[in-house]
Amino acid sequence: MYPSKFDYHRPSSVQEAVQILSSNPDAKILAGGHSLIPVMKLRLAAPAALVDIGRIDALQGISRSNGSLRIGACVTYHEIANSADVQAAAPALAEAAGQIGDRQVRYRGTIGGNLSHADPASDLPAAALALGATLHVTGPGGSRSVSASDFFVDLMMTALQPDEILTGVEVPVAQSGTGSAYVKWEHPASGYALCGAAAVVTRGASGSCTGASLCFNGVSSTAVAATAVAASLVGSDLSDATIESAVGDLSIPDATGDMFASAGYRQELAKVMGARALSTARDRA
Amino acid sequence: MGISIELEVNGASVSKEVEPRLLLAHLLREELGLTGTKIGCDTSQCGSCTILLDGQAVKSCTVLAVQADGGEITTIEGLANGEYHPVQQAFWDNHGLQCGFCTPGMIISCVDLLGTNPQPSEDEIRHGLEGNLCRCTGYHNIVRAVQDAAETMNG
Ligand SMILES: Cc1cc2nc3c(=O)[nH]c(=O)nc-3n(C[C@H](O)[C@H](O)[C@H](O)COP(=O)(O)OP(=O)(O)OC[C@H]3O[C@@H](n4cnc5c(N)ncnc54)[C@H](O)[C@@H]3O)c2cc1C
Ligand code: FES
Ligand code: FES
Repeated sequence: MYPSKFDYHRPSSVQEAVQILSSNPDAKILAGGHSLIPVMKLRLAAPAALVDIGRIDALQGISRSNGSLRIGACVTYHEIANSADVQAAAPALAEAAGQIGDRQVRYRGTIGGNLSHADPASDLPAAALALGATLHVTGPGGSRSVSASDFFVDLMMTALQPDEILTGVEVPVAQSGTGSAYVKWEHPASGYALCGAAAVVTRGASGSCTGASLCFNGVSSTAVAATAVAASLVGSDLSDATIESAVGDLSIPDATGDMFASAGYRQELAKVMGARALSTARDRA
Repeated sequence: MGISIELEVNGASVSKEVEPRLLLAHLLREELGLTGTKIGCDTSQCGSCTILLDGQAVKSCTVLAVQADGGEITTIEGLANGEYHPVQQAFWDNHGLQCGFCTPGMIISCVDLLGTNPQPSEDEIRHGLEGNLCRCTGYHNIVRAVQDAAETMNG
């Protein structure tokens, strides 16, 4: 199948893209196209116009400054997974990007598209949430920054307005003593996450835990933070037994069930994936 | 609304006026007659449409022709250079195909894989070909073909 007809725009700046979006309410942004084109081919979406942001220079590239890493919205999973900077500064993000789909998908799909699409099973939202990423957004009124914890609102719903563009993602560079990891249990046919877990832990001089975060995707309608589990680890020795018992108390009240896995199964899976992510992050801290 | 695009396809320059909704796979097959590239699904999963765009293996059913504007494309028809590409030869020698439908995409993905990882382990080969489905072979002979091609290309 091929998509319904649409007008095609290829702006060369963010400003120009925003202008086109504001004057075409039925226009949609096209980035890597690996969620949008499939739904257009199935005619589940039929936007009147596409605004291809793939060639805007300001949306490319990974740079490191002042203790943070800035990743342009149109940077692909392939670039992120293979970037020495991302591997060193935010291993959970490199790991999450490297496990998305297949190699063809990783050459095309972008971090901006993944986060904006906010599919419950997308791999990058949990990593962005656990790492405390800041998302930079530009619209007709100017630019603003949104924390990952405010960005993911509900099922495929984000804090973005229809005429706003996610321009880049800022991730704090891991300080010494901090480790992060992403682990995924994938559906054997689709490769999407039945449960993905991202963990970040920091250890103080004595080795005890001074900060932790644990987030999941695939389990409920949007990426969620297991704040109680993370809080219970602070001050602990982060031993396997401690982690085991902390995740034993994990409860995700709005866990979703579908034809592939029940809510209860996902809930149990989250405990196992959560423990694996935490212990891997600990070993890297 | 037609949009003018320019591409290099298997070494030849191509200029075309295309509808924005034209998929790259359809441009190759229907407008350029390069029917080696197959279309096997509607869901971007099977990989039989895989081609190289600027040296990277991509699913041409999930790229608009206008997105590829200015790009360099290699399809299965462009791999042989007087004689078969080592990956093509290895598929032949190792019985890496049965019906052959997945083969053009599979071979292109293998070329991409060996370009980034010249000596992949069996596990890396199986993971590297996740985006290509084969309904016939059970993959074993495809893995053998990739190992054989790797040896030839490194030798
Ligand atoms: C076979 C296959 C397997 C896949 N497996 C996985 C997987 O395992 N894990 C996973 O996470 N994903 C998977 N995906 C989805 C893939 O990661 C998509 O690339 C991603 O969901 C969307 O990113 P994109 O750059 O392709 O965006 P597009 O498809 O171009 O856009 C997606 C949506 O986001 C909007 N958008 C895009 N960029 C921006 C921006 N900068 N600002 C505002 N809005 C924007 C678009 O308007 C659109 O609504 C898979 C896809 C395929 C085809
Ligand atoms: S035709 Fe199946 S992935 Fe392109
Ligand atoms: S040889 Fe028939 S699908 Fe692979």
